[in-house]
Amino acid sequence: MTTAVPIAWYLILAAVLFSIGVAAFLIKRNIITIFMSIELMLNAVNLTFVAFSHMWHQVSGQIFVFFVMVVAAAEAAVGLAIIIAIFRTRQTLNVDQVNLMKL
Amino acid sequence: MPASYLWLIPLLPFAGFLINGTVGRKLPRTLVTAVALLFTAIPAALVAWLWATMKATGAPEVINVVSGPWIAITGLQVDFALTVDHLTLIMLGVVTGVGFLIHIYSAGYMAHEEGYWRFFAYLNLFMFFMLILVLAESFLLLFVGWEGVGLASYLLIGFYFKKDSAANAGKKAFIVNRIGDFGFLLAIFLIVANFGSLSFEHVFNAISANPDWHGGILTAIALLLVVGAAGKSAQIPLYVWLPDAMEGPTPVSALIHAATMVTAGIYMVARCHTLFDRSPYALGVVAIIGATTAIFAACIGMVQHDIKRVLAYSTVSQLGYMFLACGVGAYAAGIFHLLTHAFFKALLFLAAGSVIHALSGEQDMRKMGGLRKRIPVTFWTMTMGVFAIAGIYPLAGFFSKDEILFRTFTSDNPLGKLLWFVGLVTAGMTAFYMFRLWFKTFFGESRFEEHGHDAHHDSHAHGVHESPAIMTVPLVVLAILSVIGGWVGIPAALGGSNEIEHFLAPVFESGNAAEVATTAVASHGLELTLAAVSLLTATIGFFIAYAFYYKKPGTASTFAKSAPALYRLVENKFYIDEIYSAVIVTPLLMFTRIILGGLIDGVVVNGSGKAAGVTTKGLSTLTRRIQSGNIRSYAGWLALGAAAVLVVMIFGRSLWMH
Repeated sequence: MTTAVPIAWYLILAAVLFSIGVAAFLIKRNIITIFMSIELMLNAVNLTFVAFSHMWHQVSGQIFVFFVMVVAAAEAAVGLAIIIAIFRTRQTLNVDQVNLMKL
Repeated sequence: MPASYLWLIPLLPFAGFLINGTVGRKLPRTLVTAVALLFTAIPAALVAWLWATMKATGAPEVINVVSGPWIAITGLQVDFALTVDHLTLIMLGVVTGVGFLIHIYSAGYMAHEEGYWRFFAYLNLFMFFMLILVLAESFLLLFVGWEGVGLASYLLIGFYFKKDSAANAGKKAFIVNRIGDFGFLLAIFLIVANFGSLSFEHVFNAISANPDWHGGILTAIALLLVVGAAGKSAQIPLYVWLPDAMEGPTPVSALIHAATMVTAGIYMVARCHTLFDRSPYALGVVAIIGATTAIFAACIGMVQHDIKRVLAYSTVSQLGYMFLACGVGAYAAGIFHLLTHAFFKALLFLAAGSVIHALSGEQDMRKMGGLRKRIPVTFWTMTMGVFAIAGIYPLAGFFSKDEILFRTFTSDNPLGKLLWFVGLVTAGMTAFYMFRLWFKTFFGESRFEEHGHDAHHDSHAHGVHESPAIMTVPLVVLAILSVIGGWVGIPAALGGSNEIEHFLAPVFESGNAAEVATTAVASHGLELTLAAVSLLTATIGFFIAYAFYYKKPGTASTFAKSAPALYRLVENKFYIDEIYSAVIVTPLLMFTRIILGGLIDGVVVNGSGKAAGVTTKGLSTLTRRIQSGNIRSYAGWLALGAAAVLVVMIFGRSLWMH
């Protein structure tokens, strides 16, 4: 590690990725895309975890990352199942049309 | 009797109440009667046993039973405690003895009534509270009994609740009593504030231990207690509920509104005699209230036509006598009169009930007459009662009334002679209205309609008939008691030993030097003269009634016509009800309806409620837009919120710290 990358760079990258995730989540109508943007946000967080873990030489940050990945995997399994179920019943993946609970 | 059995005396009637009150509706009448009678008979027997125990030589003069703390806070502890002294013993005897007799009578009187079980449940409830009242060892427990008998009284006055007048009379009794109870409650607060205890023993010992305490706060407490007593014992100005209370069934009038509950005020004053002795002012008020009530009620009683109302006003008047006795410090005489009055007034009410029963519900004396031969047992027993209350020697009323008049005459109250004169006149009036009732009911020609046996409008209307044995036996017992009841208090001047006064001496003699002194000074000759004067007055009352209602039955109405305005004034009870209605009830109702109902409830309460509703609704029309159901807008809000939190966390600190 001759030239260490400053921590700020990792954080800026993570912030950019997170913001892209948020923006995509807000803008996109397709459920799959929304789902992907959630994954993007999670991974942005993971990146900060790893960066800090490396900086402080503490392994707990990396353990958190594993937790996040496990949760994300479970979420993907359940989420995709829901998406399939929604698609089967409504023949669409547009969230604006999934509004049964709306007033 | 073991002291721990004391709790059974009040609790057994309560058990009777619970049984009849919960499952009585489903039980046959005989079983209801059995329960009600059994649960009042056992306490009566227990009281007899208790009496025997306490009469035994060397027995303690006071029995206290404390079963544990009730209220325990810093600076005040109230226990569940009962006490029995000789005063309590007399009250217990009256309540359980007369109460049991009236229960028996009721079984006959109420036999055809609907809600039989309800009646006996209430009656037992009354017994429970009344026994708590007399057995209580603290002002608070006394107050529990006090309120409880008020409740039972309310329930029983309104027993025929389908009748508007009965329901209203019940409410009136309850509300008028509330005024008195308010005074009593304030007195209790003052006692707590000044003595830090509500136990009789503690409070009265504290007073006895400080001979220099006079007037001041003691007068305030005593006067507030008098307000309470005036409410319960139907004294001016709170007597108005008692005559209306006659809407209840007659046994109720006999038990609650003549023999027991209404004497609670006298009992309370006697119980607190240590307190009253220190406040001549309060005692004077008691005496004046008593004398005024006695003559006032007797006036009204002279012109009433309803047989029960005559007796009701007579009760008010006799209670006035007892108040007068307490007011001149002759507590023993007051309690003596309470005892004899319980006998003869219960008898008179029950006999009146028997007359009403015989006439299938007729209460107007103008429609009676000539009943002497038709209902002989009722006639003879009632005769005993009438002679007893009129103060004819040697029946019960003579001795007790005479004792009160004598004590009033010799008291050191500056108004003593005047009060005595008022009492004497009242005695004459008492004799007059009682004999008027007697003549109008039993003598002369019959003015009632014979119903015969054709029961068209009343399912059990039948000819005039004597009451069954279950009703006449209590009458006979009470008649005997009315005759001999006074013999426990034959004064020394008449060759007796005034046993009741010796019996009560342990209760009353403490700190009552004044009374002892007057007794010593007064000569037997004076007492005999006064007795002769009061007997003469009673005889005059008899002869006037005889002349007016027997010799020439029309005399009274001619007499009334000669002063129509006065007659109408008295017949309408001095328009007291109307005056109260105009001065107190109507303004209060106006205040309630306009200020409390219209302004406070209508504007403030309803207004604030409406304002809260309208505000919420208005805000919600704005905020409901957030709940669009659009998942991305939710996410947007979430992101915005998170961003806001971030901003605050990063910049807020530095912003607010400076």
